[in-house]
Amino acid sequence: MAKMNLLQAVNSALDIAMAKSDKVYSFGEDTGSFGGVFRATSGLTEKYGRHRNFNTPLVEQGIIGFANGLASQGSYAVAEIQFGDYIFPAFDQIVNEAAKFRYRSGNEFNVGGLTIRTPYGGGISGGHYHSQSPEAYFAHTPGMKIVMPRNPYMAKGLLLSAIFDPNPVLFMEPKRLYRAAVGEVPEGEYMLELGKADIVQEGTDVTVLAWGAQVEIAEKAAEMAAQDGISCEVIDLVTILPWDVDTVAESVRKTGRLVVTQEAPLTNGFASEVAATIQEECFLYLESPIARVCGLDTPYPLSHEKEYFVDHLKVYEAIKASMTY
Amino acid sequence: MAKDTQHQLDIVTQPQFIDGSALTIPMFQILSEDGTIRKGAKAPEMDKELALKIFSTMQFIRILDERMIAAQRQGRISFYLSSLGEEAASIGSAAALIPEDMIMGQYREQGALAFRGFTVEQFMNQLFSNERDFGKGRQMPVHYGCADLNFMTIASPLATQIPQATGYAYGQKMDKSGTCTICYFGEGAASEGDFHAGLNMASVYKVPVIFFCRNNGYAISTPSQGEQYGGDGIAPRGVAYGMKTIRVDGNDVFAVYEATRLARELAVEHNEPVLIEGMSYRMAGHSTSDDPTGYRTREEENAWKGKDPVVRFQKWLQNQGWITEEQAEQNYEEKKAMVLAALKEAETIPVPHIDEIIEDVYDTPPKHLQKQLAELKAHIRKYPEAYPKTAPRIDGGK
Repeated sequence: MAKMNLLQAVNSALDIAMAKSDKVYSFGEDTGSFGGVFRATSGLTEKYGRHRNFNTPLVEQGIIGFANGLASQGSYAVAEIQFGDYIFPAFDQIVNEAAKFRYRSGNEFNVGGLTIRTPYGGGISGGHYHSQSPEAYFAHTPGMKIVMPRNPYMAKGLLLSAIFDPNPVLFMEPKRLYRAAVGEVPEGEYMLELGKADIVQEGTDVTVLAWGAQVEIAEKAAEMAAQDGISCEVIDLVTILPWDVDTVAESVRKTGRLVVTQEAPLTNGFASEVAATIQEECFLYLESPIARVCGLDTPYPLSHEKEYFVDHLKVYEAIKASMTY
Repeated sequence: MAKDTQHQLDIVTQPQFIDGSALTIPMFQILSEDGTIRKGAKAPEMDKELALKIFSTMQFIRILDERMIAAQRQGRISFYLSSLGEEAASIGSAAALIPEDMIMGQYREQGALAFRGFTVEQFMNQLFSNERDFGKGRQMPVHYGCADLNFMTIASPLATQIPQATGYAYGQKMDKSGTCTICYFGEGAASEGDFHAGLNMASVYKVPVIFFCRNNGYAISTPSQGEQYGGDGIAPRGVAYGMKTIRVDGNDVFAVYEATRLARELAVEHNEPVLIEGMSYRMAGHSTSDDPTGYRTREEENAWKGKDPVVRFQKWLQNQGWITEEQAEQNYEEKKAMVLAALKEAETIPVPHIDEIIEDVYDTPPKHLQKQLAELKAHIRKYPEAYPKTAPRIDGGK
């Protein structure tokens, strides 16, 4: 075990993957010898050469199109999009190409070797073009897997799984926690199962569900609620698509209450999908309406970031409201 | 421009591949690095008043950039993007336009905006995201915009303004407005799909647009040559799209001015889109989040200091007798004091009222946003200490 921050954990996963298979390639804007603007790919060029870890021209649609082609050829393409906010020029390559490659060819071809890494999320004074959480756009696309880790340990094990998973994976890294989240991480190889939620804290009164950086907020709110004698079961969804309905439903059948929190705006966010499914699965067990604690339905602001941010106080209030409904 | 669209082409009977290096484009220069007019070149027809306005704007932008980089280091603003070394490219080109021409920038054209008359207070209000910012404190620093000055608000995503410029210019053409649009971007942004879409459409529709590529050698850490493109830069792409194209020394304010003046004639009088590639160097980091020592050498940076566009133009002005070194120095100090005073003032002005958070998402806030605002305000009232920027004025109205 070693102490690593989330960036170091990502770097370690890339390092292990590249050592494990010489068919693993890592690329993106500034990701070559410079190591990327967040330094997630530091040292990889020195270790594996400029043909394995390299810079791309500044063109997101080109990066993912290139990655699709490389993956269809049988390689593992690990493409970085510098900020999740800049992934949209590649939208076509993701939703019409990567996600449908296997299906449209009757499995004659696939891009299972594709992994798209991208930092997402707010809390860094980034305004609306460096703060968004666009997971829901992609969760509407059958064929993609979407993974959002919450800490260094999860990030490394999940990224290794994502790279070698036989499906295209969008791996969204919480950039607010890149250096802030530090934890014990095994130095060697390990993989964590995709599609499996993680019960972070067991409880009996209310289930609080989150993913990525928002898990930390949920935990903080649960701590406040504990002072009031409310026992929260905090669950990290981990994988947005396909998501672990069973773990969440089982928890809600036990607690009778669910608070889902996400950074992204409320309307049509993934929390809405969770709420719809859980009311179907657990209708007779629910003691209060499922609460969604989300961003406002506005672009992500700069000077009002603190007010916009889905902080622990907002989640705490929703927990209390759920308990006293 | 292709002479025929029906494939009526000259025939050859042997296979001929045209080499990728067959078209190499020279660089237009008027002012040598020592500030003298190059042999065979001619200074543009520019009166003393305009020349001094250009120089004064260059000086101001340099001071603003230097002071705001320092302010960011002191934690007074969150972020900054400087245009150090590229002042001639944006200011020289803006000077060749009329105020009614539209400017669509990327995020390193503060010089063009200053030339148009954006005041030091207006710059500071945006940089400090305060309630006087035209953008209402919503975007990161340097994302300026001003409708009165025909300067479209900056967006962070790269190259999106390029096809927009073509569309804007189409409207100008249809309106017979006698104006054009200038669209700035970097050589990195020219890799984006939007670049190709925008140039191709401009060529098809024959619109009055000037595409001005600031080739400053780097896209964050990625060097242009060999890593951003494999060919002769950006200029040959204009030729391939069938448009008039010129490459200029982007650190030579005269070459930039003259090329843009002629491009404007082509655009406005003949509806010819034009591509200008200004060759320059990003003397600072990409932004205050970037440290160039990780990817380039001090020697390289020093070599470019010798080509400094502001120093070069000052030398010419001094040789011309239009300014003395002492006057330039005095102007510099006056501007510095002005920048510092505006900075101090802007940081005391509060952020916009919380009610602004739902404004401008649509023309008027729909019901669901009004509800979300009401809930947010109730929450802030409950925890005022957690939201110190907005809680004290929450019930005071805008």
